[in-house]
Amino acid sequence: MSRQQNADRQRPSPDALLNAAKHQDPRAGRLKIFVGAAPGVGKTYEMLVQAHARKRDGYDVVVGVAEAHGRKETEALLDGLEIIPRRQFAHRGQSLTEMDLDAALARRPQIILVDELAHTNAPGCRHPKRYLDVQELLDAGIDVYTTVNIQHIESLNDVIAQITHVRVRETVPDSIFDRADAVELVDLTPDDLIQRLKDGKVYVPDQAKRALDHFFSPANLTALRELALRRTADRVDEQLIAQMQARAIRGPWAAGERIIVCVDESPHGAGLVRYTKRLADRLHAPWTTLYVEGARTQQLDDKARDRVSDTLRLALSLDGEAVTIPAAASRIADDILGYAYASNATHVVVGKSDRSRWFELLHGSVVRDLCRRSGPISIHVIAGGELSTSPGAAKANRSDEATASFNPRPYLLAAVAVALALGASRVIEPRLGVENVDLVFLTAIVAIASKLGLGPSLFASVAASLCYNFFFLPPLYTFTIAEPTNLTAFGFFVLMAIVVSNIAARVRTQAVTAVSRARTTEALYAFSRKLAAVGSLDDVLWATAYQTAMMLSVRVVLLLPENGGIAIRAGYPPEDMLDEADLAAAKWAWSNDQTAGRGSNTLPGGKWLFSPMRTGRGAVGIIGIDRDKPGPMLTPDERRMFDALIDQAALAIERVHLVEDMDRAKRTLETDRLRAALLTSISHDLRTPLASILGAASTIRDLSKDLSDAQKSELLATVIDESDRLNRFIANLLDMTKLEAGAVVPNVAAQDLREIVGSTLRRAQKILAAHSVVLHLAPDLPMLNLDAVLFEQALFNLLDNAAKYSPPGGKIEMRAYKDGDRARLQILDEGPGIPQQDLENIFGKFYRARKRDNVRAGTGLGLAIARGFIEAMGGTIVAENRSDRAGACFIVTLPAAAQPLLDTKE
Amino acid sequence: MTAPPIKVLVIDDEPPIRKLLRTGLSTQGYAILDAPNGKAGLALLDEKPDLIILDLGLPDIAGHDLLRAVRARDAQIPIVVLSSRDDEGGKVLALDLGADDYVTKPFGMDELLARMRAALRHRLQVEGERPLFRTGDLSVDLVRRLVKVGDGDVKLSPKEYDLLRLLVQHAGKVLTHKFLLGSLWDDHTDAQYLRVYVRQLRQKIEKDPEQPQYVLTETGVGYRMRAPDSPNAT
Repeated sequence: MSRQQNADRQRPSPDALLNAAKHQDPRAGRLKIFVGAAPGVGKTYEMLVQAHARKRDGYDVVVGVAEAHGRKETEALLDGLEIIPRRQFAHRGQSLTEMDLDAALARRPQIILVDELAHTNAPGCRHPKRYLDVQELLDAGIDVYTTVNIQHIESLNDVIAQITHVRVRETVPDSIFDRADAVELVDLTPDDLIQRLKDGKVYVPDQAKRALDHFFSPANLTALRELALRRTADRVDEQLIAQMQARAIRGPWAAGERIIVCVDESPHGAGLVRYTKRLADRLHAPWTTLYVEGARTQQLDDKARDRVSDTLRLALSLDGEAVTIPAAASRIADDILGYAYASNATHVVVGKSDRSRWFELLHGSVVRDLCRRSGPISIHVIAGGELSTSPGAAKANRSDEATASFNPRPYLLAAVAVALALGASRVIEPRLGVENVDLVFLTAIVAIASKLGLGPSLFASVAASLCYNFFFLPPLYTFTIAEPTNLTAFGFFVLMAIVVSNIAARVRTQAVTAVSRARTTEALYAFSRKLAAVGSLDDVLWATAYQTAMMLSVRVVLLLPENGGIAIRAGYPPEDMLDEADLAAAKWAWSNDQTAGRGSNTLPGGKWLFSPMRTGRGAVGIIGIDRDKPGPMLTPDERRMFDALIDQAALAIERVHLVEDMDRAKRTLETDRLRAALLTSISHDLRTPLASILGAASTIRDLSKDLSDAQKSELLATVIDESDRLNRFIANLLDMTKLEAGAVVPNVAAQDLREIVGSTLRRAQKILAAHSVVLHLAPDLPMLNLDAVLFEQALFNLLDNAAKYSPPGGKIEMRAYKDGDRARLQILDEGPGIPQQDLENIFGKFYRARKRDNVRAGTGLGLAIARGFIEAMGGTIVAENRSDRAGACFIVTLPAAAQPLLDTKE
Repeated sequence: MTAPPIKVLVIDDEPPIRKLLRTGLSTQGYAILDAPNGKAGLALLDEKPDLIILDLGLPDIAGHDLLRAVRARDAQIPIVVLSSRDDEGGKVLALDLGADDYVTKPFGMDELLARMRAALRHRLQVEGERPLFRTGDLSVDLVRRLVKVGDGDVKLSPKEYDLLRLLVQHAGKVLTHKFLLGSLWDDHTDAQYLRVYVRQLRQKIEKDPEQPQYVLTETGVGYRMRAPDSPNAT
């Protein structure tokens, strides 16, 4: 062994460490399972004994459910333990009682006793199986003690059925057995157990008595005991290996094994999967269940498709992986091996074919192809018969399928086509000779095969052969053939007909598969494009609901998190109510990030099926679907499409959320920037005038003697001017604050623009002293809907701005004119104008144009306020550069009021 | 012999403002009483002041309530209100409650003195109306109903003349929209009527109606006629 490998072996395996960490998750409860080989070994008794011991140690122990089955010793042990009252469920007039899961979760003991892990819950419970209740209790951080018989372990189900000829329906997945932190085998020798049975100490329901008498044979019990011991020992072994790996102890554990089991639609699939699970456990290898979806998948009926999906689901429940790949190569074996090589598999498990030799000759045998090409990969061929649960049932199934799928129409069409070909042959035979007649028939067969598929074309082949023989081969009008050469020709004709049928039919099914796949792909692509185009969350939700409803013919609701829970946000057809039970399923699906509702493991009694919509970062919402058709909600094909749809929807929803987050972050950034600008502005704009005022005033007070009267009045003018400036700045800050707070409520009334212009000019007299103001106010100006006070302030700010940038002596023009049902007011200055890229920016808060030497700094608020006020009154303002000369032009557009009908001629 | 000085009561909670007014007004020959709050101000009414300068934002009594209380005691005494910026509603309410005029803080001393003079003049006029009003080029003979700009006669419609007469009678003082509407039409008339008549009046008497000199707009409050040239009321 190289040093590198050596080092690898000694380094703790990351997977092992992770697994160890998972088991040590402090929040999850610990699971202890009491395993028995058969009923009556005393599991419940042992569990209760240990519960009392824990209780004495000071633990908070309660009984969720414990079945004493009338045994006195067991019942006596229930004394002194708190028992959570069972919950009643009415089912078909019967009243059933089950463990009250919600009460148990609410009670939150440290340890809870849950007897009979494999129990099936009454309809109406949250979970169909008790082991799912146990999982929820564990997830809630409660330790669980439970009991199970070895024949209920899923992967041993087949083996035990073969040994005992009794199949138990209630099974628990191996995963929960493997998850257990402690497994205790409650052992009793077969002789002792049989003695107990005779003493009546074993609870047996009356109706099953005879079956169980057979079950409790010494041979069976010995075998079961051995299985129980071995399974428990396996578990111990696993723990040991896990520990060794985690602590980097060198050891002979298997490395690098990987198993692939190939399944098809046959009923043996489940047996193959269970076999592989056992093999994988022994080899400590990961395993994958592979289904190759080929042309044949399209021809399967619903039952067969359901079987495939059941098999894949079983694999998942046994902790395997389930993968479906499309058939790419012409041989299925090549697809399987391609996948096996790609995933570094070392073993491939397939079922032994029960097809006829004839079928294999025509279609080839997957098993033989696999064996021939597998190279280093071991191929395990498992006998189908051994795995079959009940051959009778399988046969019945098959005949069902045959009758269900028979459709006479293609065969009638085929008969018509052959008849036409016969007619055509009769016409051309006298001219071209009998040797060309077979081509006419072959043409008809190709046409039938490519349009109608294999069955009708084989039928046509037979019919055509008979016609050919009957009408064209001497002796005519008999089914006998006289000449040996004709016999050979006829033989070739039949062979050709069948081969051509086959090829054409295969091409057809491939085309049909391709078309159906292309259609699905196209629909998904269109959907993703649609999602990419919409921007708002509501649009995404609506598109998802609509598309899912259309593609799968289901009703759809979408629920998104809201105030700590989830609420319906969209539906198709629009739906805003779910009944209590469905809403509970949706909530459970959300809080546990798992599928719930109809047909699932949780709250299966509901009308709707809810699935989380997940992205890599977690669930973003829940999608619920409902269909009137009874039975499984979705076929495997539909399930795949559904998964693809909700994956895309989840990504789109996440994208919308991300965009919102980014916007929020951007706004925060903007706010921060503004806050900084505000502080700079306040400190600068408040201090500068204050400095001038203070300086001027103190000069007058302290140096009065040395100042001439002219100097004094100049200083006093500074004090007054700077005070004005300070006052304007504070007014601006107040206005801005009001705008930001949304406190500007315009008091709009019909106003005369000329009047406001006049009063503004009077107010701005001082700042406009150095400029000439030219007014062009059209005489037909309508009354305008304005708040006079706000508009005066806006106009004042615009004039202030114009005065600031126009050179002294420059002209400031105001033009107002009517423009349809609105009025426009232009304010033009003779300053340097505004850089093109800043035309919009200048209305931003604290934005200041490049400062020039002779321009006094403004607050950077005036134009922002002007825009804020004007827009609050329903007007607009934009900045442009003058086209006739340098200078800026501000254009205010305002809505006109209805002109009053005034009679001023009294 | 000179008349006794005019007594001015200043009610304002800000000591610098009181100090400023005391200094500024006494140079103009006014006698000053001042109070830092509403209660003290009401008590000083016993001193029979001739005019009250009232700050609307007092610590103890809301300005408008104090105004009511003062008017309840004395219906005639001129009151000039000191208000903050952006409170057109408060100004209008104060005027409706009987204040004669307002000055917005911060204010210049010249502005306050002008408002005070206009308020005092109006009180005196109530006793004996001056027949001839003159400001700039505008002259109005209230007895003969003659209006002249420079040497030219101005022809006014009856409503225009009524509007002008109201403004002239209160020259220098702000008149609210409500007051003008109520006097010329009735309280519920739309203010647009007033604006249209003001515009027409300006076109007849102003040199540049766009930048009026006589009929001034107090945005959000009302109108004010420019004060007469030679105050002969003293």
